[in-house]
Order: sequence, then structure tokens, then C-alpha cells
Amino acid sequence: MTRLGPLVVERRLAPSRAAVIGVSVLAVVLALLVAALIFWGYGVNPWQAYATIARGTLGSRHGLMEILRRAIPLLLCGVGLALAFRARFWNIGAEGQLLAGAVAASGVALFSRLPAPWLLPAMFGAGFLAGALWGIIPALLQARFAVNEVISTLMMNYIMIYIVEWLIHGPWKGGTMRGFAYTDFFPSAAQLPLLPGTRVHWPTLVLGLALAGVVALVLTRTRLGYEVRVVGESTGAARYAGINSLQVMVWVMLVSGGLAALAGVGEMAGIHYRLRSPTHISMGYGYTAIIVAWLARGNPLAVILTSFLFGLIFAAGDTVRVVLRMPFQFVSVLNGLILFFLIGSEMLMQWRVRIATKEERWTGKAGSSAS
Amino acid sequence: MLAQAGTSGNEDRDLVPLVLLQDITKSFPGVVANDRVSWELRSGEVHAMLGENGAGKTTLMNVLYGLYRPESGRILIRGKPAVISSPRDAIALGIGMVHQHFKLVLAHTVAENVALGLKGTPFWAPARSVERRILALAAQYGLSVDPRAQVWELSAGEQQRVEILKALVRGAEILILDEPTSVLTPQEAQELFKVLSRMKAEGHGVVFISHKLSEVMECADQITVMRRGRVVGTVRAGETSKVELARMMVGRDVVFQLAKGACSSGEEALRVDQLWVRSDRGIPAVRGVSLRVCRGEILGIAGVAGNGQRELVEALAGLRRADRGRVEMTGRDVTNASARAVANASAAHVPEERLRMGVVPGMSVEDNLILKRHHRSPFSRGPLLHLGRIRKVASAAIEEYGIVAPGPRTPVKLLSGGNIQKLILARELSGEPALILASHPTYGLDVGATEQVRRFLLHRRDRGGGVLLVSEDLEEILTLADRIAVLFRGEIMGTVSAAEADLEEIGMWMAGERRRAPQA
Repeated sequence: MTRLGPLVVERRLAPSRAAVIGVSVLAVVLALLVAALIFWGYGVNPWQAYATIARGTLGSRHGLMEILRRAIPLLLCGVGLALAFRARFWNIGAEGQLLAGAVAASGVALFSRLPAPWLLPAMFGAGFLAGALWGIIPALLQARFAVNEVISTLMMNYIMIYIVEWLIHGPWKGGTMRGFAYTDFFPSAAQLPLLPGTRVHWPTLVLGLALAGVVALVLTRTRLGYEVRVVGESTGAARYAGINSLQVMVWVMLVSGGLAALAGVGEMAGIHYRLRSPTHISMGYGYTAIIVAWLARGNPLAVILTSFLFGLIFAAGDTVRVVLRMPFQFVSVLNGLILFFLIGSEMLMQWRVRIATKEERWTGKAGSSAS
Repeated sequence: MLAQAGTSGNEDRDLVPLVLLQDITKSFPGVVANDRVSWELRSGEVHAMLGENGAGKTTLMNVLYGLYRPESGRILIRGKPAVISSPRDAIALGIGMVHQHFKLVLAHTVAENVALGLKGTPFWAPARSVERRILALAAQYGLSVDPRAQVWELSAGEQQRVEILKALVRGAEILILDEPTSVLTPQEAQELFKVLSRMKAEGHGVVFISHKLSEVMECADQITVMRRGRVVGTVRAGETSKVELARMMVGRDVVFQLAKGACSSGEEALRVDQLWVRSDRGIPAVRGVSLRVCRGEILGIAGVAGNGQRELVEALAGLRRADRGRVEMTGRDVTNASARAVANASAAHVPEERLRMGVVPGMSVEDNLILKRHHRSPFSRGPLLHLGRIRKVASAAIEEYGIVAPGPRTPVKLLSGGNIQKLILARELSGEPALILASHPTYGLDVGATEQVRRFLLHRRDRGGGVLLVSEDLEEILTLADRIAVLFRGEIMGTVSAAEADLEEIGMWMAGERRRAPQA
């Protein structure tokens, strides 16, 4: 408990649900206010800009569908990251895990020669396994050699990015692409159905929504979920209770990496139909999903909401570029601002600021602390 | 009353105490930590504060250092009334404190740590300006330390010297050391005692908080013994004995009211043979311990903390590997078995570190009540948790053990220490375990919760559970245990039945001195 002028700052033991939601909304609003300054700097009236964005995204069927399309990979990656964050495993590697899924799906689509009905399921299966493998490696490194998972997962993103670059420039370079760095197009049996007139590959969306529910159920109603929560909250208690933390972490990263990889498969089979430059495949979905999962406070069902919010921000990028003639990178700036305020406001969840009572002002100190 | 303090001169140094505390009362919810305590410190003396954990000695010194404000009482420094409302005030009055856990910036150098927050240091290169003062003080008091060394490179003893230097550079005339030897090797402790005697010679007043009889006898001039928030008495070190001090610490009113039957063979809950266990630092902490606990019996392990108790219990609970030896629980060999295997062998564990190990603070009461058992029937069916049954068991346990909580979904971190411990006992005793490993089960609890926890343990003993009770509170061991073993430097100094326990002898064993041959 500390006194700052007329204010008293005191520790909250457990933030209430209202405090969590309030603080999160506050962070997003503050980010939008600062972003308004950027519009203003470009000579655009910020309020008109936000109105334009609202019309361009929420105000038309096309805009709404674009939000959905962008939300799909964010949802899948975000659910996986939410699970990892609950186990206090800081997986920064969803980007690489997503690309691992894209590579595996492309390999199956281009070279497996499976019968048509088996092709898509095989792509999702192979993608999941590739992402799971890419996720388990940092978990094992951390358990066995205490390698910091933030560093290892981040670095493995770059490994996967260069693997993709090598494949499209080298062995997998398409014969029909006139020298450009793409693979050939997938056969039509390897392409997902779309909602008519849109680019929304709905099977991936349904899969994402279903898996958000499944992961939520696993966390609250299964032995594994219980152990994930114990390991995440207290390694000491996990050891005391005889929970095998390594085993739990491997499960967590298997699912977390696998889910991110499913997002990569969806982007391949639903949008691009060929392996191409990593920046075109993902546009940083794996990194943005970190904010998505963080804003959802590790709750997989809340990820559904937050992924749609960030889908909206991505969709707004198109409006900003086309209508307002500003760079698409506005999206990254806004994402960065939201994360900035989100982490900055974390303190408000742990501490409560209130006005000092008269007595506290007289004694010059906050009330008698008992600890 | 101290009107003569107005005059100055050498005479005053003898007449007016450096510190005079009058009728200090400080209470925390549920406990009176200091109950009308009066105490004085004179210059040129090392004054030991002796007492068991929770006796109130650290609280009293925290009051003097401005960390706590007493509800009532007066503080006089050099005869003048003082209001000390923060450590900053204390430092201005020439009071320095070295906490049990050092407050140093590990990545900074010694000089940088000393300069941190020091008044009058220049803006540029503040550390350089204090280097000379550090070296001068180090030479004066024999506190050799390199001012440019990084703190993380230093041993615990050297870090402690930095803390003492920090206080001296700030002009501390009154130095409070909170359990200073708990982190030191015996050799480092000897070095510290030399420093203290030099400080004494320079006219400082040194307060030495400890619960170790032998070192208090070795280095102190005056010894104040505290028990349950009150001063039992102050004696001169030369005019007392370890025996007298032990009696003052524990109190005479120890009741041996437990009737007990001898345990018949074949009903052993725990048998340990020649167990060797190393500490985190790789040093043998348990050295060839053999003991047995029968069903329906409480074996109390007495001893000063840090003599291998933690390592012994962790090795038995499957949390630490033993190098040598054998452990049997209810006849089954569980030497170096996993924590889960030990739990499955019908052994419960009430851990020393309640919040770090015993519970998951962020999870609910009901989730915490199934920890360790969550994977078994009736709480799990295959991979699924049986939420309905968990809720039912949790509600019953809250009722039966009198856990005060708003509900089964409340996070455990919102409960009081006593209720957290009741929750741990509710969970650990629920399976009617054959053996209970209980480490410091009432440490830090208020009187009411302490009594309830003790009653739960006795109840389990009466129903045929064997209890290995590790406690620093000798009174607790005398109250609860059927037999008492004393651990010193990882060895059992001796074992006696509580009925014929001789306090004097237990005190000697705790201090590492053996008068008669130990029994198995």
C-alpha cells in the first residue's frame, strides 16, 4: 500500500471479472485514441477515418466476410496460444508452426497422389503433425536443457520461414510459374469450399470454432486440463502433487503447435492454393495471435471474440489502404499499440488506485498494513 | 522520566541507553506479536534477541526500524522520544538493519549497491565516490570485500558484509542483524562474530536476532528471551547457561497429557535405514538417519532449522533423491520413489512451504482439495474429471474441517493462512493415510488455527495414523509427540519418549552436544 499525493495504490488479491473486462476495454480504447493521432498526422480527420473504417468493415457484407476470413487463422492460432499461456509456456512460435502446417499441406497436396476424397483430410492431418512437431521441440529443449522457450520458439519461426523460402525457390518451385517463386497450384480436390462470393473457407472456420470449445472443455473438465492449470499456476505444487510437468508441456505444445498449423493448412487450401512467400501466407497472424490470446486472458472461448476483433483490424487495413490511401502497415501499428496498452494496464489488474481517506491524509501514511 | 538526558558529556553514554522501548504493542489480525514489550540497548554491547519462530523478536526490531508502527508504546533514541514511521527515519537516527534475506542488486557492484539511495553522492559516477569510504570502513572493522566485485559473484557471507557496510556508510550506530548466521558456514559465522566485537569496541550497539543457543552464548553480552510476544527476561551472557535459556525459551508450563500405548511390531508406518541426502548445494544434509514411526504414534523431530529437516522430509516425500539408505512405508520399499508413488503408498505430506507447494494459490478451494488425488477415482473417470463429485467432496471437507471460505469456487489465495493450512490437512488426511509427514504444521498460524491443526493431527494418530512431525517449536513437539528425536547437522543426536523427556538434555542435543549415547 503506497500513497501518492491524494491517491492510495493498494494491491488487489484477485481481480474481479468486471475489472478484467474493464481494463481490457480501456487498453483497446486508449490504443484507438493514440492511433487517432496517426490519422491526424496524415491529414485525415480521425473521426471520419474511424467512420470510414466502420462502414468499410462492419457496414457491408463484403467487409463482414473479410473480417471472418482474417479471423480464421487468428482463431486457430489464438486458441493454441491460450492453452500454452495457461501452462505458462510462452509460445511465440505460432508463426513458424503455422508455416509448418502450410508446408506439410502443400507437400501432401502436390506430391501424395492420394485419391481425391482423402486429400483434404490428409492435408489437415499432416499439417497438424508438422506443427505439433515444431511445437514439441522447444518444449523438450526447455524441459531437458532449460532453454528459454521465448527465444527458442521465436528463433524456430525464422528457421521455418527460410525453409519455406528454400522450397519455393528450390526443390518445390513450380514448372508452370514462369520462374516466379511459387509451387504449382494444388489440384482442385485439395481446395476448400468457400462461402459463395467470398474468400471465407468455412470448413476451417467451423473447425476453429469447434476446437475452441473442445480446448475450453479440456481445460475445465479433464485430468489433463487440470494438470495444465496446476503446472501453469505453480510449479512447486505440481512437483508436490507428483504431476509430470514434462509430459504436460509436451501435450500442451503438441496441441498448441498443431492448432497453429491447422491455420496454415486453411490458408493454403482456402486462399492461396500454392506455397508462396511466407509474408504472403501469413502477414504475421502467428504474432498477432499472441495479442489475441493475451486479450482473451487464456480463455479459449474468449479467443473467439478477440480473434474477431483483430480480424476486424486486419480488414480495416484494406479500407485504410484503398479508401484513405494510407499504408497497410497501419494494422501493425494498431496491433502494437493495443499490445502496449494491454501489457501496460496489467498493473491495474494487480493494483487498485483510489482516493485516500481523510484519516490516511492526516497520518501521512496509508492505513496500518498487516503483513 | 529521563530528565538528566538534557545534559551532555561522557557520563551520559553510560546513563542513557542508545535505544529504549517502552510498552510496545503490535498486533496482527489474530495475534498479538508484541505485548507491552519494554527493552533497552546500550552502546558498546551485543544484545541478542532469543526466541522461537513467532515469538515476536523480528516484529519488535521491525518496529524499531520503522517497518511496522506499534499501536501503543514509546521509542526513545539516545534518551529522546522518536517517531519512526519508515526505514528512512530509522536511518536518519543512525539505525541500520540487515535482513535475513539480503536486499542487494545482484547485477551491480558492491560500491553501486552501497551508493544506491545514499544521500550526498554525486550525480556522475556515484559508486566511485563511495569506494574509498568502503575500503576505510572495511579496514576498520575487518569487513574485507572488493568494492568493484559484482554482488552475484560473492558468497552469502560476503554479501552479508556488503549489507553491514551499507548500514555503516549510512552512519548506523545501532545495527540490527536478523538471523545473520542462518546463511553462513560455521567459519563465516566466526568471522562475523569478530566483526561484531570490533563494532562493540567502537561503541556501536548491535542487536543479534537468533534462535540458536550456542551462538548467542558465544557472541552476546546481553540476552533478551522472548516467548509469545512477551519478554521473558533479560540476562547477562556470563551469568546464564544454555539450560536456563532453553527453559526460558520454551516455558515451564509444558504439559505431557497424552496417554499412549507402545506400538506392537508389524505395525510400522515408516522405517528409515541409514538415509543420506544432499542439500541443494550438494552438501550432505542428512547423514545416516535411521528412524521408525509406528501407527498410532507421533514421532517429533526437534532441532534448529537448517539441520537437515527439509532434506529429510523431501526425500521421504519423493521430492528429493537419497544417495544411500532405505525407506519403507507400511512395509513397502519406497526408496527414491516418485511423489505420486509415495502418495499411493498411503502417505500424506503437509509441506513446509504452504503457499509455494501445498496449494495452487490461483486455483479454487475445490480444485485444491483434489490435488494429488485428481487422477484417481472418484474424481476422475478415464480422462474426464467428475465435477459433481468434486463439488460434493469439497463442500463436505469445508464443513468438516471448518474452513472459512466464501465458497468452493473461491481462489485459495483469498483465504487466511490458518484456513489454507486447514484445507491442506483436509486434503491430506482425507484418505485415512497410514503415515503423515508434517513439516512445521502450525508455523505462522494464530492461536486458534494452531490448536485446530494440532487436534486434527492427534485425531489421526488416535485412529491409527503414524505421524512424523518436524517442528522448530519445541513446545509443540513436547505437546504432541510420543517420542522425540533431535536432528543436528543431519544426524539424530538422540531419541527419548516424551514421558521421560528432559528439556535440558533436548536443549543440549539441539545445540549439538551429547551427554549420553543415542538410542536407535
